[in-house]
Amino acid sequence: MSQWRQTILTVLMLLSSLAPSLSAKTYWVDPSGAFSSIRAALAHATDGDTLHVAPGIYREGAITIDKSIHVIGHNLPQIDGEGTYQIITVVADSVHIEGLHLMNVGVSFTQDNAAIKCDAVEGCVIENNTISNGFFGIYLAKSANCVVKNNQIKGEAVREVNSGNGIHLWYCKNILIEGNTVRQHRDGIYFEFVEHGTVRNNLSEKNLRYGLHFMFSHHCRYEQNQFQQNGAGVAVMYTQDVHMVNNRFQKNWGAASFGLLLKDIRDSEITQNHFVENTVGIYAEACDRVVVSENRFEQNGWAIKLMANSMDNTFRRNNFLVNTFDVATNSRQNFNTFEGNYWSTYRGYDLDQDDVGDVPFRPVRLFSLIVEKQPPALILLRSSFIGLLDIAERVFPVLTPETLIDPSPAMMPVTVE
Amino acid sequence: MKTIIKVIKYEFHDIFRSKWLIAYLLFFLMVTDTLFRFGGGGNRVILSLMNLVIFVIPLISILFGTMYLYHSQEFIKLLLSHPIHRRSLFAGMYLGLAIPLSLSFWLGVSIPFAYHDDGSNLMALGMLLMSGVFLTLIFTALAFLTAAILSDKTKGFGVAILVWLFFVVIYDGLILLTVFIFADYPLEQPLIILSLFNPIDLARILMLLSLDISALMGYTGAVFNKFLGSTWGMALSIFCLALWSILPYIAASRQFQDEDF
Repeated sequence: MSQWRQTILTVLMLLSSLAPSLSAKTYWVDPSGAFSSIRAALAHATDGDTLHVAPGIYREGAITIDKSIHVIGHNLPQIDGEGTYQIITVVADSVHIEGLHLMNVGVSFTQDNAAIKCDAVEGCVIENNTISNGFFGIYLAKSANCVVKNNQIKGEAVREVNSGNGIHLWYCKNILIEGNTVRQHRDGIYFEFVEHGTVRNNLSEKNLRYGLHFMFSHHCRYEQNQFQQNGAGVAVMYTQDVHMVNNRFQKNWGAASFGLLLKDIRDSEITQNHFVENTVGIYAEACDRVVVSENRFEQNGWAIKLMANSMDNTFRRNNFLVNTFDVATNSRQNFNTFEGNYWSTYRGYDLDQDDVGDVPFRPVRLFSLIVEKQPPALILLRSSFIGLLDIAERVFPVLTPETLIDPSPAMMPVTVE
Repeated sequence: MKTIIKVIKYEFHDIFRSKWLIAYLLFFLMVTDTLFRFGGGGNRVILSLMNLVIFVIPLISILFGTMYLYHSQEFIKLLLSHPIHRRSLFAGMYLGLAIPLSLSFWLGVSIPFAYHDDGSNLMALGMLLMSGVFLTLIFTALAFLTAAILSDKTKGFGVAILVWLFFVVIYDGLILLTVFIFADYPLEQPLIILSLFNPIDLARILMLLSLDISALMGYTGAVFNKFLGSTWGMALSIFCLALWSILPYIAASRQFQDEDF
C-alpha cells in the first residue's frame, strides 16, 4: 500500500515539476551557439522562460530585461559593461538572475549606473552573482518583495565623489539582503525610504564611507552581519523601529569613524552585537527610546558617546571590556538609564553576594569630559596625575553627570546565549 | 674597565644579600601573576602593569638609589684610599645597582607572562619592559645625582621624593594647565615637544601607542599617533629616553669626582 502511495507521489511530483516547463521554453546563450548574445535570446523569450548563459565574455552594452524570465549563468559568464553602460536593467516582475559575473559598469556623475538595476518591479531574485568594478553594484528602486542573496560585490572606489554603493535600495519594501559580500564601494549597503527590509549574514568591509548606511527606513531588521574596516563605520539616521541583532562592528578606525553612529533613531533595539576595536563603539545623537542590551564592547577608544540630546534610552546587561573610555557625554544632564552592565573597570564589592555590585558605577570619567572639551589633553591619557583626578572626582563628583550611573553593575561578565 | 666590573661584582653580592631586591622581584612577580589570575587577558594585565611601571619604578629607583649611595659612604671612602679612579668606582656603583633593579623588574614581569600569556601581546610587553628598564636607569641616575649634590641625608631624601613627585604628577598637571590656558591654539605639536622633557611621559606615550590604539585613532589622537607612532617618532622618543639616562649620570659622575670626602 505504502509503495503504491510512494509511486503516485513520485509521479505527481515529476508531473508538477514538468508542468511549467511544458509551456516555458529554455534558451541557451553561447558565444558559438544559436543565440550568441543575451539580447538575441531575450528578444525571443516570453514570460516564464529560462535563459542559460554559457561561459564566455559578452559585450552587449545595456541589456534591458522586460520579461519575467530566469537567467542562469554557468561558470560565471562575464558580462562586460566596458566602463560605459549600466549592464542589466530589470523592468519586469519576477525576474530571477543568478550566476553571472558582471563587470566594468560605466561611471557617471549624472546617472546612477549599476551592474543590475531593478526599477519598479516585484519579486525579483538576484543571487550568486559576482560583480566587479561596478559603479553601483545592485540597485533596487521602488521595488518590493525581492531577494538579493549570496552575491560577491567588489568595487574599485577610490574617491567618494565618483563612486557608488554596493547594494543600494531606494523606496523599497519587503526586501531580503542575505549572505552578500561587499567591498570597496562608497557605502556597502545603502537604504533610503526602505520598509520591512531584512539584512542578514552579510559582510561589508573596506568601503570608503559607511559599511551600512540608512535613512528613513523604518521597521527593518539587521542580523548577523559583519561591518569592518569601513572608512566611517556604520551610520544610520532618521529612522524608527530598527532591530539590530548579533552584528559585528569591527576595526572602524579613524578621526570620524564610528562602529555605529545613531542619529535620530527612535524606538529601536540594538542587542547582542559585538563592537570591537572601533574608535567609537556607539555614537548616539538625538536618539530616543532605544534599548541597547547584551552587547559586547571590547577595546574601543570610546565604547559609547552619548550626546545629551538623547532621551529615555536604556543600556542594559552589556559587557564593557577594556575600552579606553566606557562612556563619554557632553553635559551634566542625563536622561538615560544604565543598569546591570558589566564594566571591566568597576572596582566595587559585593557583600551580599547577589552578583550585583553594592556600589553604583560611574562610567563617565572626569578625564573623558576633559578630553571632550580639550581634545589635545588626550596626550595625558593614563598619566598618574589623571588617575588621581579621576579618583578624586569619583569620591566627590562635581563635574561628571550626577545621574549617569549604573546603580546595579554586574560583578561578572553577562552571559549571552 | 676592570675596576668597574670588579665594583659591579661586589655590588651584586651586596645587593643580592639585601632583601630589598628580592622583595622588589617578588612584588612584580606577585602583581603580574595576580593580575593574570584575576584580570584575564594579557592586554589588560599590561594596562594595569603600565600604571604600576610609571608610578612604582621611578619611586623605588630614586629612593633606593639615594639610600644606597648614602649607605655606601664608608665603603666609598675606603675604596678611594686605594689607587682607583673615581669615575670607575662611580660607574661600578651605578651599574651595580641599576642592573639588578632592571633585572628584577624584567624577571618579575616576564616569568608570569611566559606561562600565562599566549604571546599575542609581545609588542606591548616589549614596550613595557623597555620603558621599565629606561625608567630604572633614569631614576637611579637622578638618585645618584641628588645624593652626590646633597651630603645631608634628610635633605637628599626630601629632594629625591620631590623630583619623583614632579615628574610623575606635577609635570602632567602643568601640561593640563597649559592645555586649558592655550585652549584656542593648536596644541598637539607643542604638547609632543613638552612631553619629550619628561621621561615618565615619554615611557607612558610609548606604551599608549601599542595599547590604546583605538582611542588614538580619533582626531587628536591621530596627530599624536602619526608622529610618535612613526618609526622616526619612535626613534626620537627612545633617543630622548637614552639621553635622559645619560645626562643625569654624567652630571652625577662629575659631581662625584669633585666631591670632598
